[in-house]
Amino acid sequence: MLRLDGLSKTYTTGDAALSDVSLTVPKGQIMGLIGPSGAGKSTLIRCINRLVEPTAGKVLLGDVDLVTLGKGELRRQRRRVGMIFQEYALVERLTVMENVLSGRLGYVPFWRSFLRRYSGADIQRAYQLLDRVGLMDKADNRADALSGGQRQRVGIARALAQDPELLLVDEPTASLDPKTSRQIMRLLTEICSERNLPAIVNIHDVPLAQQFMQRIVGLRSGRVVFDGPPSELTETALTTIYGEEDWNAMRQGDEEQAEAEADAKTRLEALAR
Amino acid sequence: MTEITHYSQVWAHRTPRARLFMWLGWVALVALFVFCWHLMTENTIWVFVLDAPRQAADIGGRTMPPEWGYLPELMKPLWDTINIATLGTIGGVIMAVPVAFIAARNTTPSATILRPIALFIIVASRSINSLIWALLLVAMIGPGLLAGIVAIALRSIGFVGKLLYEAIEETDARQIEAIEATGARGAQVLSYGIVPQIMPAFWGITVFRWDINIRESTILGLVGAGGIGLKLNASLNTLAWSQVTVILLLILGTVIVSEWVSARMRHALI
Repeated sequence: MLRLDGLSKTYTTGDAALSDVSLTVPKGQIMGLIGPSGAGKSTLIRCINRLVEPTAGKVLLGDVDLVTLGKGELRRQRRRVGMIFQEYALVERLTVMENVLSGRLGYVPFWRSFLRRYSGADIQRAYQLLDRVGLMDKADNRADALSGGQRQRVGIARALAQDPELLLVDEPTASLDPKTSRQIMRLLTEICSERNLPAIVNIHDVPLAQQFMQRIVGLRSGRVVFDGPPSELTETALTTIYGEEDWNAMRQGDEEQAEAEADAKTRLEALAR
Repeated sequence: MTEITHYSQVWAHRTPRARLFMWLGWVALVALFVFCWHLMTENTIWVFVLDAPRQAADIGGRTMPPEWGYLPELMKPLWDTINIATLGTIGGVIMAVPVAFIAARNTTPSATILRPIALFIIVASRSINSLIWALLLVAMIGPGLLAGIVAIALRSIGFVGKLLYEAIEETDARQIEAIEATGARGAQVLSYGIVPQIMPAFWGITVFRWDINIRESTILGLVGAGGIGLKLNASLNTLAWSQVTVILLLILGTVIVSEWVSARMRHALI
């Protein structure tokens, strides 16, 4: 279980990216984090594993407050938190297998990782994960030879190789096409329910969030302005999160798009006749 | 289309001020050229210059035909030259790698003390020509191959160190962040996050420097640091022009081969 208590982050430039965020994510819950660009979604998940140092507040993973830890202890605790990135963030020039095994780095001594001499159990587990994400035959390919969807699957396998108690997922589908996005989201939610793994997912795409998340938290200017199940995410709630004008503009844009598409369709039909 | 008449038909690429400065710039350039021409011709003895074609033809005549029988004798010094370049490159790279990691902003252990020291080492090594390094080293450790190897190595630190630390600074921070997020130790972040990203640059730089070092090591013999330059010096001093031709052709051939090898290796590595 993860509990955030009064988490705040003010950057040195004076921008308050997060103000007093308190949240509890119970075991097995997949929580979607939505909000406009610059609302602090990315800062929030990076404050949890301290890729960004929070200014104030607590991050309680189980009984451990991650915020107060020293360098060595933080490293040990980071093993408990798996992270999946927007642009995959795989080490491009390493093989798929090396990327998955890099999830074990926090557990193995340096010389073993340097010589790529991982234990049999680690290797077996890596193969099992690759099989789970459907990339068994790509184990020895270089990461930069894969497609976007395949890379994100490797990213998922790497995070799971850590044996995490929590998954942080930063815009997992932002660089993927709609179909692959849905496949990746489905895989993520399946894996989380298989392992009863809680996850925080930053997501731009509201329909995608409504389709796959059990709970949605809306962030605006670093504050939580919505917290509830997807069914409660009404137009009024979206207005609170994204602001009146933006939301209407988005909808209007959608209508224009739909009209243009319908128009193009009738023209094409006329041409075909 | 009468309504557009109130728009101007005049448009200039530069403002009058910029045009004035451009014009002044050209005037200054011409003035500088005239001044330099004056400086150059002042101390020139025109009789010698007029005589130059004849002198060139004379030396040219003496260099022909090349004394090909001298070639076997050059093989050992050529081998020495290649060894100076290769061992010097290896030594330079070994010393440059830690310097590069200390000099790179994103990997330096101490930005206030160690980084300036590393940058100073790089600048010092780069600012002194390998011929001057060789002169100093011949005086210190005596003439011979060792002085040449050390000279090449010291000169290479700066070149390799600078290019490598720039490559380290240009690494993709997201890949490094992802490795940090797994709970990896500092050394593991280095070997998984950074090293794979700089490997192509590392081999490219090393092979490129080796190629440069082949060229530089051919002249180190002029100051007594071994290799084919020693032979060149001897032949020049005895005015054995036909031998000089053979040596210069041999150096040319070696450089062409080394350039070809380095191009092929870089192509294969990257």
